[in-house]
Amino acid sequence: MNPRLARILINGLLLGATAVALLPLLWMLSVSFMSPGEASSLPPPLLPTHPTLGNYRALFAQAGMGRYLVNSLLVSSAITVLSLASNLMAGYAFAKLRFAGRERLFQALIGALVIPAQVAMLPLFLLLKYLGLVDSYAGVIVPGMATIFGIYLVRQYARGVPDELLEAARIDGAGEWRIFRQIVLPLLKPIMVTLAIFTFLAAWNDFMWPLIVLTGQEHYTLPIALASLAREHAQDSELMMAGSVITVLPVLLLFLALQRYYLEGLLLGSVKG
Amino acid sequence: MNPHRTAWLFLMPALLVLGIFFLLPVIAALGLSLTDYDLYALANIHNLRFVGLHNYWALLHRPLFWTALGNTFYFVAVGVPLSIGTSLASALLLNSPLARFKPFFRTALFAPVVTTVVAVAVIWRYLFNTKYGLVNYGLSEIGLDPIDWLGNPHWAMPTIIAFAVWKNFGYNMIIILAGLQAIPPELYEAARIDGASAPRQFWHITLPMLRPTMLMVTILTVAGYFQLFAEPYVMTEGGPLQSTMSVLYLMYEDGFKWWNLGVASAVAFTLFAIIFAVTMLLLWFARRGERAEGGRG
Amino acid sequence: MGREGEAVIQLLPAFERMHPDIHVEVQVLPWKEAHQKLLTAFAGGTTPDLAQLGNTWIAELDALHALQPLQPYVAHSRVVKPSDYFPGIWATNRIDGTLYGVPWYVDTRLLFYRKDLLAAAGFAHPPRDWAEWSAQMAALTRRPGPNHYAILLPVNEFEQLLSLALQQDTPLLRDDNRYGNFQSAGFKRALRFYVEIFRRKQAPLLANTEVPNPWTEFGHGVYAFYLSGAWNISEFRHRLPASQQDDWATAPLPGPHGPGAGLAGGSSLVIFRRSTHKAQAWRLIEYLSQPQVQRKFYALIGDMPPRRSSWQGSVLRDDLAAQAFREQLERVKPTPAIPEWERIVTEMQLVAARAAHGELTVNQAAAELDRRTDAILEKRRWMLAHHRGRDP
Repeated sequence: MNPRLARILINGLLLGATAVALLPLLWMLSVSFMSPGEASSLPPPLLPTHPTLGNYRALFAQAGMGRYLVNSLLVSSAITVLSLASNLMAGYAFAKLRFAGRERLFQALIGALVIPAQVAMLPLFLLLKYLGLVDSYAGVIVPGMATIFGIYLVRQYARGVPDELLEAARIDGAGEWRIFRQIVLPLLKPIMVTLAIFTFLAAWNDFMWPLIVLTGQEHYTLPIALASLAREHAQDSELMMAGSVITVLPVLLLFLALQRYYLEGLLLGSVKG
Repeated sequence: MNPHRTAWLFLMPALLVLGIFFLLPVIAALGLSLTDYDLYALANIHNLRFVGLHNYWALLHRPLFWTALGNTFYFVAVGVPLSIGTSLASALLLNSPLARFKPFFRTALFAPVVTTVVAVAVIWRYLFNTKYGLVNYGLSEIGLDPIDWLGNPHWAMPTIIAFAVWKNFGYNMIIILAGLQAIPPELYEAARIDGASAPRQFWHITLPMLRPTMLMVTILTVAGYFQLFAEPYVMTEGGPLQSTMSVLYLMYEDGFKWWNLGVASAVAFTLFAIIFAVTMLLLWFARRGERAEGGRG
Repeated sequence: MGREGEAVIQLLPAFERMHPDIHVEVQVLPWKEAHQKLLTAFAGGTTPDLAQLGNTWIAELDALHALQPLQPYVAHSRVVKPSDYFPGIWATNRIDGTLYGVPWYVDTRLLFYRKDLLAAAGFAHPPRDWAEWSAQMAALTRRPGPNHYAILLPVNEFEQLLSLALQQDTPLLRDDNRYGNFQSAGFKRALRFYVEIFRRKQAPLLANTEVPNPWTEFGHGVYAFYLSGAWNISEFRHRLPASQQDDWATAPLPGPHGPGAGLAGGSSLVIFRRSTHKAQAWRLIEYLSQPQVQRKFYALIGDMPPRRSSWQGSVLRDDLAAQAFREQLERVKPTPAIPEWERIVTEMQLVAARAAHGELTVNQAAAELDRRTDAILEKRRWMLAHHRGRDP
């Protein structure tokens, strides 16, 4: 094929695909600034005639969106910090500490990855009821405090830490805890950032479990609140689009800021171990 | 300090969490699926009956379960190839030396992946609205009749599949792109010297070299797509005529809407068994294919 | 729940001024999720002190032993007077002779209609029986122009078909609510009438999630009838332009042979057994039951009071749109008071929607519905047979 033509074709296709990928998001942004009822007219308008912040104001003033935003931030941050701590420790132990049954235990964990999380949900609800954690932040956070995927990711990365470094520190008389904190953690920093944004995004976007365990709206996270609003206010498309913007924008910005780490984690997590 | 004890102390937090909040419930779910645990039993445990395998047996005689299973298979069978095909195509485009602004395109194509399913499903619900949706407006502009995307039982699942492809293809695109970049350029050079055309190069170099990547991507995507839930929950509520009711949605309704926890656990385990079987089947096929390949080469 | 929750927040400051020792926290649930969320709260042990319950759910929560009997409170109350309430509504709050709720507001589904469109089609008054109704829908469907229907009946809402079914003489369940009775001639008549409306394209096969704005569409004449509840009076007043306010009205639901029965809907206030603030909760119920507070509540969102003395207020008495409700409220019928009802009625609508789409005939649908209902009621039959109705 003529290379000029090929260049135009390839870039044209990419441009088209990008348009399909981004248009729904741009449309959401545009409609969120329309006045109530404007989007339900023919032909469907692409841009607001008189841009307004009214939908956002209504969401924060009447629908308690501010509270849901704070809930989402709180729950996602807590899950990120707590699971990061436990996954780092466990992943490091699997990579660098010696103990009986290490490989078998790790294989068992990897094997458990085939069990869909939803299988555990029904008894988990009863367990949390027994612990008094239904309809609380803890009910969402506690089951997310460690993940097999996170442990796996850390182990893969931590295997690259040179053994000589650890041995030298041991000979110098450093305790295991100090070695972990002062030598290993600084080396694991890139994977920490990666795992942190991975976990944060997953927690932010998580739907099914918070939907089940949060019974009252005071603890709702944004996706739950949005789904609930969408059922009650299906008619108010402009309002719903503003709600979608509030839900999507924080994670989109976070991704744009840290995408290098995110994409690295994605690749690391998908290479067979 | 004893190195063994140290190791277990490091493992303790994660293993406790996984043991108590994942493994234990999974085992309990198996037990639960052998009972008729429901609201009556929740109110008073004396109303609980042990029913053996009856929940599984009843499931096989329940039309709605077969509907949900059929819908889920439909979603997987059509959605996964489309999804991976789109990922492969976009990865090939991005990998082409002729492509410009690669980082921009890559980020833009990946953006839907990080968005929240619920939020973007809400957007799609409006875009595909029969009357005021942009999609039908576009159709009418080119002279086609409007389609009742989410209201017609024949169109609702295709619409949800299109949504899932849009939302997810970027993820596999990145993985496949990395796979493409790992193919040694010498292979292509040698092929070019031999005079192999671009399609031949794709068929004889790119695809075989991508094989492990594609297998892994397929297995992960299949397992993920079997867990269809949020999309129909937000876009169609399982309708119209339960044409978008998935197995997981059925488990959710049985379990957390009607509180038949015994029945719902049986649904969950059945889904688990299916995912497991399909994964094994894929691995078996892949291995057999490898052996055949090896025999030829 | 829903708009009620948003409105009650405005009534509470006065209550808290009267009772400085009581602080009320309000949880607002969307109606569509309320039933599920309440059951989840029960299952998770997080029920509130006091709640608004759709009056068909009382039996369900009572079977779970979750509700506090209220008779002793009512006996000593100077505010809540049973004789002042509409009897059909009060009855929905008694399960096996025990009172578990106090009606808060009432509702029933009836017809909103476009006077001008009916007049243009040559009808001087709204339909009074099914035959007239059918004739009017046929005429309105023949109106010239694209994209319009006679009536809006969202296929995922069960209240419309249920209203028609309640107009029949046969009960919906039989043998002390042990089995479904959907293959009775009465239910099949209602189902056939319902399905015919869709087969003749007099109503679109749409779920309410696909009708972006029913009020505007009603205003544009896309629909001439809308079978819905009282809250829509205020929606129409807000959402339609002033010039159109004289074009719509409400009418009692036509029955098979004259004015028909309707669904005894609405909500009650209940106290949960687990509550540790029962006395305070009762004081809030008494406050919300006062006629002047109920009139204020009506003014806020248009939910209709369950007490005759509350209707004496001038706003309600002179409200023409409300009069049709007042009339139909004297004819409302309750649904079977069993915990499984919500699930059965959900299945009823799923099967009815398939019939409306033409996938099942009326006879097939009725048989399928009985089959599903009997399966749902299996545990109830076992419980009744083993006398394990409630206590351990």
